[in-house]
Amino acid sequence: MTFDMPNFVPAMPEIFVLGMVCLILILDLFLSDRSRVVTYLLSQATLVGAFLLSFGLYSGEQVLTFSDSFILDPMASVLKMVVYAAVFMVLLYSRDYLRQRGMFRGEYFVLALCGVLGMMVMISAHSMLTLYMGLELLSLSMYAMVALQRDSAVAAEAAMKYFILGAMASAMLLYGMSMIYGVTGTLDLSEVSNSVAGQERQLILIFGLVFLMVGVAFKLGAVPFHMWVPDVYHGSPTAVTIYISTAPKLAAFAMLMRLLVDGLGSLHAQWHDILVLLSVLSLAIGNIVAIAQTNIKRMLAYSGISHIGFLLLGVLTGAQEGYAAAMFYAIVYVIMGLGGFGMVILMSRAGFEADQLDDYKGLNQRSPWFALMMMFLMFSMAGVPPFLGFWAKLSVLQAVVDANMVWLAAVAVIFSVIGAFYYLRIVKLLYFDKPVIDEPFKPSFDLAAIFSANALAVILIGLAPSSLMTICKQTLGL
Amino acid sequence: MIPLSYYLTVGAILFGISMAGIFINRKNIIILLMCIELMLLAVNINFIAFSHYMGDIAGQVFVFFILTVAAAEAAIGLAILVVLFRNKRTINVDDLDTLKG
Repeated sequence: MTFDMPNFVPAMPEIFVLGMVCLILILDLFLSDRSRVVTYLLSQATLVGAFLLSFGLYSGEQVLTFSDSFILDPMASVLKMVVYAAVFMVLLYSRDYLRQRGMFRGEYFVLALCGVLGMMVMISAHSMLTLYMGLELLSLSMYAMVALQRDSAVAAEAAMKYFILGAMASAMLLYGMSMIYGVTGTLDLSEVSNSVAGQERQLILIFGLVFLMVGVAFKLGAVPFHMWVPDVYHGSPTAVTIYISTAPKLAAFAMLMRLLVDGLGSLHAQWHDILVLLSVLSLAIGNIVAIAQTNIKRMLAYSGISHIGFLLLGVLTGAQEGYAAAMFYAIVYVIMGLGGFGMVILMSRAGFEADQLDDYKGLNQRSPWFALMMMFLMFSMAGVPPFLGFWAKLSVLQAVVDANMVWLAAVAVIFSVIGAFYYLRIVKLLYFDKPVIDEPFKPSFDLAAIFSANALAVILIGLAPSSLMTICKQTLGL
Repeated sequence: MIPLSYYLTVGAILFGISMAGIFINRKNIIILLMCIELMLLAVNINFIAFSHYMGDIAGQVFVFFILTVAAAEAAIGLAILVVLFRNKRTINVDDLDTLKG
């Protein structure tokens, strides 16, 4: 028996990030609290380096390696680059927040980078085994991050809930995988796809598919598996919430694409129905329950659930245009989610979390510029043209209509109109209410700069959305 | 020879018991952690049974990975439990009710 050396080149970004995580973990032990900024800078450098590596490896064709369990295709490259950029922004946003609360320690950065590695493995997975390993690496890092604020009872409670429900969802996913393995006899996703196509034992396959869908829906936070989302977003420190709510959604989208489209593409008729149910419920519950929230982190959590409903709409069409639209939506959601929770971080300071809606009253009188930026973000989330969120919703709806499901598009539009209410309520609070707090609003310079850049991106990319859309279409071969 | 379906039935029963344990148990979080372990073990039985009857080794390799991840998961779960107990002085499931809305 001979041992062939696998091709390591496609996995260079993963290897680089892993090496840097080990390096940072060890180096951090020798740093005093004053020089902790070195850990931060090295983490950012890791993300930049990985971005350059992924950019350099980008090519039109797909490469398989490690006995076909790892794939590098255009979709993987693009999603990974967005993940690096998103986590880069997250770390920028979090720096002051962590410092003010005594959490500016190496653990946060090491766990964030481990999570990035998990996401990268998930995005590049081409076998159920690699997919599961990536998912667990990401999930375990996130459970620990939620509990990072050790003296906070709500954070510990959120971490426990997240852990129990997350572990249960992983087990469901695994049970589904075992069923599919039992029918197809392989873990490799393209072989699964070949085997499923002419399969007679449909019933067991569908049984496995249902379990898989439960696991994936949980990780995405789609109704009825959304119970953890508001509690975890609310309970964890905002610097962790902003991480959990953005980049991992891209990885979950990649997992959905790999499992359902690459692996079980010929069962489209079956998973189509499940996704219709999930997305309609997510749109309904997400948008309606968000209205009743007084905590802005919970409100953004429910708004995130409704965005996931939109993302699923794109995937369920089963057409390449729909997948491109869903990918576009996922990227736009990440940009808006960064802005939304960035807003909470921007408003908060030591001893004040700014997580109540009332804390945003009359911001226009204290700082017109930031009130304007927040208004941009809220309009974009609500889907008002010409902001970025509108184009994302439009492209998904177009794909749904093209797939002859006009009723579904109508349902989505109705619920996003209902959803517009609570976004516009924030605009009303910002502009038409009297401020409760009188002190002037002075965020630190770098935080102000990033937040402004993030909010301006929503309008500037919104004015020329075709560039981002073209990238999404190209990666899916359109 | 014991037929495949017996193994799958055992796996399904264990999975069902652990699922019921998570939803019925309102007393102790440690029991929840035990249920989660049991769920993963039920999946392992499935994988090994399939792998043996199909003569394909990949399923058994997967089981090794699941066992390793389960150990890591238990470690993190217990660590979170310790943090929770320090803050709340209780590990009763019903007391996890501060977050709602």
